[in-house]
Amino acid sequence: MSADLCRLLCRWACLVLLALPLPARAQGFAALGTDAQDFVVPDPAATLAFPADHGPHPDFRIEWWYLTANLTGLDGRAYGIQWTLFRSALRPEPGPVATGWISPQIWMAHAALTTPDAHYVAERLSRGGIGTAGATAEPFSAWIDDWHMTGLPTTQGDALDRLDLAASGAQFRYDLRLTTKGPLVAHGDNGYSVKSPDGRASHYYSQPHYTVTGTIETPEGPQEVSGTAWLDREWSSQPLAEDQAGWDWVALTLDSGDRLMAAQLRDGADGYRIGTWIDARGQATPLPSDAITLTSGAVTDIGPAVLPLTWRIAVPDKGVDVEITALYPGAWMATSTAYWEGPVTVTGSHGGRGYLEMTGYDAPAEN
Amino acid sequence: MIRAIALALLSHWRRHPGQAVTLLAGLALATALWTAVQAINAEARASYAEANALLAPDRLATLTSPAGRFPRDRYVALRRAGWQVSAVLEGRLDTADRRVSLLGVDLLTYPALPATLEDAGPDMEAPPPDPAVVLLSPGRLFADADTAQALQDPDLPPVRVTDGLPPGVVLTDIGTAERLLHAPAALSRLVVLPDQPMGLPSLSDIAPDLVLSPADAAADTGGLTRSFHLNLTAFGLLSFAVGLFIVHGTIGLAFEQRRGIVRTLRALGVPSAGVAVAMLTELLLAGLIAGLLGVALGYVIATALLPGVAATLGGLYGAQVSGSLALRPAWIAAGLGMSVGGVLIAGAQMVWRTHAVPVLALAGSEAWRRSGARALAVQSLAGCALMLAGILALSLIGGLVGGFVLLGGLLLGAALLLAPLLSVLLSTGEKLAGQPVAEWVWADMRAQLPGLSMALMALLLALATNIGVGTMVSSFRLTFTDWLDHRLSADLYISTTGPAQSTALRDWLTPRADTVLPIRSAEVTLNGQPGRVYGIVDDALYRDTWPLIGTATDPWDQIAAGQGVLINEQLHYGAGLDPGDPLQLMPGWSLLVVGIYADYGNPAPQAIVALDALLARVPDLPDRQLAVRAPDPGALAAALRDAFDLPADAILPQREIKSASMQVFDRTFLVTGALNLLTLGVAGFAILTSLLTLWTMRLPQLAPAWALGLTRAHLARLDILRAVALAALTAVLAVPLGLVLAWVLLSVINVEAFGWRLPMYVFPLDWLRLFALALLAAALAALIPALRLRRLPPAELVKIFANVR
Repeated sequence: MSADLCRLLCRWACLVLLALPLPARAQGFAALGTDAQDFVVPDPAATLAFPADHGPHPDFRIEWWYLTANLTGLDGRAYGIQWTLFRSALRPEPGPVATGWISPQIWMAHAALTTPDAHYVAERLSRGGIGTAGATAEPFSAWIDDWHMTGLPTTQGDALDRLDLAASGAQFRYDLRLTTKGPLVAHGDNGYSVKSPDGRASHYYSQPHYTVTGTIETPEGPQEVSGTAWLDREWSSQPLAEDQAGWDWVALTLDSGDRLMAAQLRDGADGYRIGTWIDARGQATPLPSDAITLTSGAVTDIGPAVLPLTWRIAVPDKGVDVEITALYPGAWMATSTAYWEGPVTVTGSHGGRGYLEMTGYDAPAEN
Repeated sequence: MIRAIALALLSHWRRHPGQAVTLLAGLALATALWTAVQAINAEARASYAEANALLAPDRLATLTSPAGRFPRDRYVALRRAGWQVSAVLEGRLDTADRRVSLLGVDLLTYPALPATLEDAGPDMEAPPPDPAVVLLSPGRLFADADTAQALQDPDLPPVRVTDGLPPGVVLTDIGTAERLLHAPAALSRLVVLPDQPMGLPSLSDIAPDLVLSPADAAADTGGLTRSFHLNLTAFGLLSFAVGLFIVHGTIGLAFEQRRGIVRTLRALGVPSAGVAVAMLTELLLAGLIAGLLGVALGYVIATALLPGVAATLGGLYGAQVSGSLALRPAWIAAGLGMSVGGVLIAGAQMVWRTHAVPVLALAGSEAWRRSGARALAVQSLAGCALMLAGILALSLIGGLVGGFVLLGGLLLGAALLLAPLLSVLLSTGEKLAGQPVAEWVWADMRAQLPGLSMALMALLLALATNIGVGTMVSSFRLTFTDWLDHRLSADLYISTTGPAQSTALRDWLTPRADTVLPIRSAEVTLNGQPGRVYGIVDDALYRDTWPLIGTATDPWDQIAAGQGVLINEQLHYGAGLDPGDPLQLMPGWSLLVVGIYADYGNPAPQAIVALDALLARVPDLPDRQLAVRAPDPGALAAALRDAFDLPADAILPQREIKSASMQVFDRTFLVTGALNLLTLGVAGFAILTSLLTLWTMRLPQLAPAWALGLTRAHLARLDILRAVALAALTAVLAVPLGLVLAWVLLSVINVEAFGWRLPMYVFPLDWLRLFALALLAAALAALIPALRLRRLPPAELVKIFANVR
């Protein structure tokens, strides 16, 4: 998910720059994002190892646990939720992980609940090293304040197969149970996912097969819900190329049982695309850049940004030619760094549901 | 034609440059004092705004522990329960030459940073520091330029200069603060952020040991210091009013002397409106020029006074105010506005009369200046009415505003009553006079009264203010000294590092000293404000020496039994609590008030209970201070230092604390003294200008006396005598007014502003000094006209008879 590593760097730069007396905020993006400094960089030869890789990788600069779910209420309406925890290291830690305020690990989380006519957002920030935020592989847990994604005991299968998920904001909360029997999916080359023509990459795997039950609550009251969810795990130390201004990313669960992850990084020219086709049995096929087309529909002014709320996505090799439409146009994440992220419905060659994320649209000059 | 009118009118100033200087100087002086006060107020307010924005962001609620600092676990527990709070660790940081407040906040979550640190300051050109540098060891300190100077120490993290911080406050990340304050995993308070998530557990379940102070109860420096600034503003207005007397006198003189020119211009066909417009323009110009001068002078005065004001505010309220002055448009505009407005007020009457009086009447005598018996009666009535209004205001409005209205009413009313009173006194004197010359002198004084009354009013106000404020400060000082003697009745005050050292010291001291008492307190909310409750053990030291103002029967027995609480005077007035009333100290813990004690110099509410009772509620009460009574405190302190290797400032002899307190006190009222002297100076100047104004008008009265045989030297001496006599009469009348003023300040304003009432002591020697000063000022002011009279060629006096109009 969130195909751009640059995003988190940008967010951290922006966040810390917002909070501190630093002039020339824009300068900070470049300063933070030019190279990996002394952090560990993704290794194409590395293989994913579980459950260890469910936990944090403090030697890498950035990392996230990113979950989205398409839900249906007992009232028959469609809902979507997002739960994201970011870890960012301010400085490489050669020795053991430091505790206390001086830990270089910093955590940030975004949670959102989208209904057909509303979008609720909350953000959390925390220092690592004092216990208010963190992640552990075994038993699996990722948390910030009282928001948490906690693995429930399983006798067999993966540590992520059964999860409790909760978050709350001033006007919403959700408390969900996630279960799956499907396999973990490694993107790119066995989880080594290249993000730019010059070879910048991340380690990237997903668990896209969750079924979900639980409760959501909005100012209108609580609602029993059920549906599907998709978890992305990604870590790296390298940002993307400087000419990449933003990205458009989708994760679709099709009625056929197949799943599609597709993203394009906008670079002012043709862009760079990545994708993974996951068939109904959970078998993953990486899609090369020229195997995917993402075509934006008409742009809409939603207030904070002007952006396309419909997309045409084609993967001819897999017989896919679909149009996706936002459930609620105003799914704007008014967080430290703002972006659009919300549930979509799929029509065309396949039906289905999924999530769309669009970044880099908030600055008018980039449109 | 306009040019001709202007030239004709302006020629007057060319011929009388002294008057022009007086007019401009008087107005500039008045404006300067006013501007200085405004500038000081503006600077202080800006400092408060900065401090409030940083320390009490958006007036958010805070969580604190009665025991002082508390473990970081409490913060983690609250966050893990969903509560959105931000951690703060504060403390004192001693650098080589200064003590600063270190404010350690979690820079990631503290809500007030963008507003206060938006300005990058002089380091703007420097590349922005890597966030890692600020958040990780060794970290960065942020401070204003002055404070940053004190932080140049290789043991401290590098400093970044930032405009948006109050003086004396050093901001840093909480991780850095923890290290500098040697307080690992400890916190001072938690700021409760806005936008809490839904469905939060109750605070009393997760953090029962923390006390929530609602947003509005957070310490508000602005509210505490408002009275001080109201005081300053009142002083500024008074100075301005006195200054206006000068301007009024000068303009009066100029118009008087230009009646001839005006008559000629009008006779030549210039419409009266044209003359009036020209004169108004002239006044406006004078106001602008004097205003600019005054603002500049005010800046100088304010710069000189500001360190004193900063010391006052720091000493009285603990409010930090920058010692340097910034040019702010608000007070520059206020100064210019007051100057132009003032000159228009002072001159409008003259312009109107010139405009309204028929051409030929302009040639007549100075009839309009004469205050007849009727005018005096009206003035007396108005004076009485103003005084009455002040008294009514106090009973109807009440509070600080009521108190100041009463002060204003009394002062203005008394000023208006001055002329009628003097008139009566002078008539009496005239009747009692035996010799013709004496009789003439009395009568002549009475004739001079209308022209001098403005200046005498100014003198009366200046003297009364001096007596009133002086009495207040001296009474306060006497009470404060006495109170310090009682309150600081132990011989040594010892600070320890914690409970372990306290116990060790206690064990060591007990066989060697007469008494060893713990000083232990908890932070609580009293009457909705942050306050402090002290736990004491039953001891003769308290019973014998503690200064109680009001008590129930056997207060100390009830305290010892854990059934009563003593409150300070601030809480007594603030909450309207009297002995016998219940006071809630903590949720679920109320005690009956058994006594009230004086607690000068502390703006916050305070209470005293039995230590055992307090320990039962706050088991981890800090134990870091001891009070010791010993026959030979010096030897004991030395032995104690040898035995325990205590730092130099851990043991404070009573006498050092006292002298430090008195120093703070004296610095506090430095500004008052300076303003007092300035006001008196302005009043002296007012007398001078009035006498100069009267000078030309007095020749027709002096000429006959001279013709009857009095020499010019004799007349000059009599003139000085007259001025001194009038000043003396005014000064005598100023004494009762000053005493009333002092009473209002001590018993009304003080209670409202500070929460304590002070006994009034009178200092007749001070009055004598002031009396002499007033006579001297009057004599000096009369000297110039008298010298002129003495050197006046007799021909001039003869001409009077030739020129009689």
